[in-house]
Amino acid sequence: MAINVEQEHVAEIISGNEAIARGAWEAGVKLASAYPGTPSTEILEEMAHYTGVYSEWSPNEKVAMEVAIGASMAGGRALVCMKHVGLNVAADPFFSAAYIGVKGGLVVVSADDPGMHSSQDEQDNRNFGKFARVPVIEPSDSGEAKDYMVMSYDLSEKFDTPVLFRTTTRTSHSKSIVTFGDRTETEPVTKLDRDWNKYVMMPGNAIARHVIVEQRVKALEEYADDCPFNRIEMGDPKIGIICSGSAYGYTREALPDASYLKLGMTYPLPKKMIEKFRSMVDKMYIVEELDPFIEDAIKLMGIKIDGGKELNSLLGEISPRSVAQSLDKGGVPGVNDSLLVDLMAPVEGLPNRPPTLCPGCSHRGVFVILKKLRVFVSGDIGCYTMGALEPFSAVHASTCMGASISMAHGIAKVQEAEAPKAAGARPDYRNKVVGIIGDSTFYHSGVTSLMDVAYNKGNTLTIIVDNNTTAMTGGQDNPGTGKTLLGQPSESVDLVALVKALGIKRVQTITDPFDLELVEKIIREELEADEPSVVITKYPCVLEFKVKRPIYQVDPELCIGCKHCLKAGCMALNLTIDANGDRKVEIDPAQCNGCGICAQLCKEDAINRPVAEGGNA
Amino acid sequence: MSRPTINMLLSGVGGQGVVLASFVLSHVAMAEGYDVKQSEVHGMSQRGGSVTSHFRFGDKVWAPLVSPGAADILMAFESLEALRYINWIKKGGLLVYNAQKINPSPVAAGLATYPEDIDGKIAAAWPRVQCVKANELAAKAGTVKSANVVMLGAVSPALPFAQETWEAVIRKAVPPKSVDVNMEAFRLGVATAAQPEATCATGA
Repeated sequence: MAINVEQEHVAEIISGNEAIARGAWEAGVKLASAYPGTPSTEILEEMAHYTGVYSEWSPNEKVAMEVAIGASMAGGRALVCMKHVGLNVAADPFFSAAYIGVKGGLVVVSADDPGMHSSQDEQDNRNFGKFARVPVIEPSDSGEAKDYMVMSYDLSEKFDTPVLFRTTTRTSHSKSIVTFGDRTETEPVTKLDRDWNKYVMMPGNAIARHVIVEQRVKALEEYADDCPFNRIEMGDPKIGIICSGSAYGYTREALPDASYLKLGMTYPLPKKMIEKFRSMVDKMYIVEELDPFIEDAIKLMGIKIDGGKELNSLLGEISPRSVAQSLDKGGVPGVNDSLLVDLMAPVEGLPNRPPTLCPGCSHRGVFVILKKLRVFVSGDIGCYTMGALEPFSAVHASTCMGASISMAHGIAKVQEAEAPKAAGARPDYRNKVVGIIGDSTFYHSGVTSLMDVAYNKGNTLTIIVDNNTTAMTGGQDNPGTGKTLLGQPSESVDLVALVKALGIKRVQTITDPFDLELVEKIIREELEADEPSVVITKYPCVLEFKVKRPIYQVDPELCIGCKHCLKAGCMALNLTIDANGDRKVEIDPAQCNGCGICAQLCKEDAINRPVAEGGNA
Repeated sequence: MSRPTINMLLSGVGGQGVVLASFVLSHVAMAEGYDVKQSEVHGMSQRGGSVTSHFRFGDKVWAPLVSPGAADILMAFESLEALRYINWIKKGGLLVYNAQKINPSPVAAGLATYPEDIDGKIAAAWPRVQCVKANELAAKAGTVKSANVVMLGAVSPALPFAQETWEAVIRKAVPPKSVDVNMEAFRLGVATAAQPEATCATGA
């Protein structure tokens, strides 16, 4: 399904993320860096297919940002991509980059997730642009994503500023038709400037740079009034709409005949253009997703609007229908009827279909045991967050990347302060707090947390579930996998040595995380230890590495329908009623991956591998 | 003379090939000279969760999202996911669904039950229904994995695209060694649409 890369002048239907990569390539980008995160991941996966660009998965967004700042400082055009919460991680270098400016153009992509399809919050990262005094560009579809990308590099270099390129899940993951252009080769990087005043952000220099930053905002405000990112499209002059990003398409759909001020640059705003548009229409409304970002700025300009956020929700993703309903409710005439139809009531009582651990997932056994041991588990961001869902319900907190270990440490420290242990008393293993984290998330930001546990004499158990990939985002390489984004073999982190180097003395590795007895024994040992410890489960991701094992089947003669095996929370298991009306479990051979956890949970010995297929179970 | 925008919602379960089916649909529409917008959400939905994909084509398409109550066609790859989205179909619109039933994780964990007589419930809820035994037909074509292409064949007579365009795009979209199987799957889908079954309910 890959698109035909590097071909020119052909039209293709591609996603916003693919278009961003294409645009960056056409702009002559020399370096692209990122940490995977939905909905941004595909940009770098696509970028890696283009020649003439060095692309890498960095261990986290902060590192990715610094790599890109370095490339820009050296004179190469650079791209750095992340999901919205990734920019929180990368905020430190991002703010300094705003002071330093650029040599080669620098574009920072923030893919926001309104509606939280795959995220822990729905922050509106346009605020980061204003916060850091960096221009914000918002495409509405793939065509604009590609064109705006090319234009953003010119903008970046013209104004000596990083550009914040903000997409949302819809613009990143929706597809539309794009016509490809040529690559513009940029100047080769030959010598490094020693521009002390600009590149060394110590107070004396930063004070001077801040003056330049504020002057730059003024210049950008003037540019905004007459720039190719913003345009007025006159229709019926009675109604004027100001919008940007995916809200533009939704509103064109909802209100086909209105006049539009379509903003491709949402910070800083084009004041004169907005005043002009206001004078051309009778009523003026603002339609935007999440925060009233445009609205607040326009209100501060003292320009009157007839409706904004009071019509549309601050919460979640908007849609053509929600825009139509809100405008109609606000008394705006001309709303597209087909978006206002009464809906048939949804069918009630249907079971939900949440995401779940795959059959054969190497995390499953750990959660079965953690549930059994009833310990408090501080979770993290990855597939294993699903350990919080039924039937495991074995993760009791999840905050952000890397927080599992440090939060567990904080919990343990206040427990210790409240109830100091009597001298010589054996600790109750149930009081020990567990942090659970995946390999990629550990490398992202768990290392410093574990360093804290060791340094500050913590007493927690950290479980690192190492499946040798970044699974939740679709299986990207990381510093532990021994392979780079460009497919080259590379160094891989020695996880045990790293953990020990941080000061953790007790480290145990489980290479068969499907052996429940073994998993329970080792976790119990470490919970009972009176010092911080680490358990590593090491087994490849079943989805990414297409692991195949001989499958299991249920002997209906022995199955008593007790549902013990269903504690495995596995999609391959089906509870059925047989011809006699008895409850029996069946295993779907198409889904079973032979992990054997259900067989170990079965107290009737009813689940086994067929002898012909796999020998001893 | 402008052609109206056609709205199609695809629903199914992660791993059923909804993404590939959307890829084929959007490329066929583009090859036929339409403007196209298509949208799906990746990420969490991949792990056995409910998956939807929005596909729209016409002379000029602004938004990538189909709206509830405005879908000309709901193409459901699994029966429960047909019933879940049935109120997205517009009045007079068509439901084409695969008779396959896949337990959601709460059912597999014994915490919920799969609706009984779901085919009967679907038939009672919507007047224009075409049920496809896509997995059976796909197995006949050579592999059950081609059920998504059977579904494309089954929906194809409801769309204004030429047979050759469908075949050319499918040829490009599937792995080279499975072209023949997928061509057969598509033809079996087309054939089943010629004699549509309104329900797959047993005894109907």
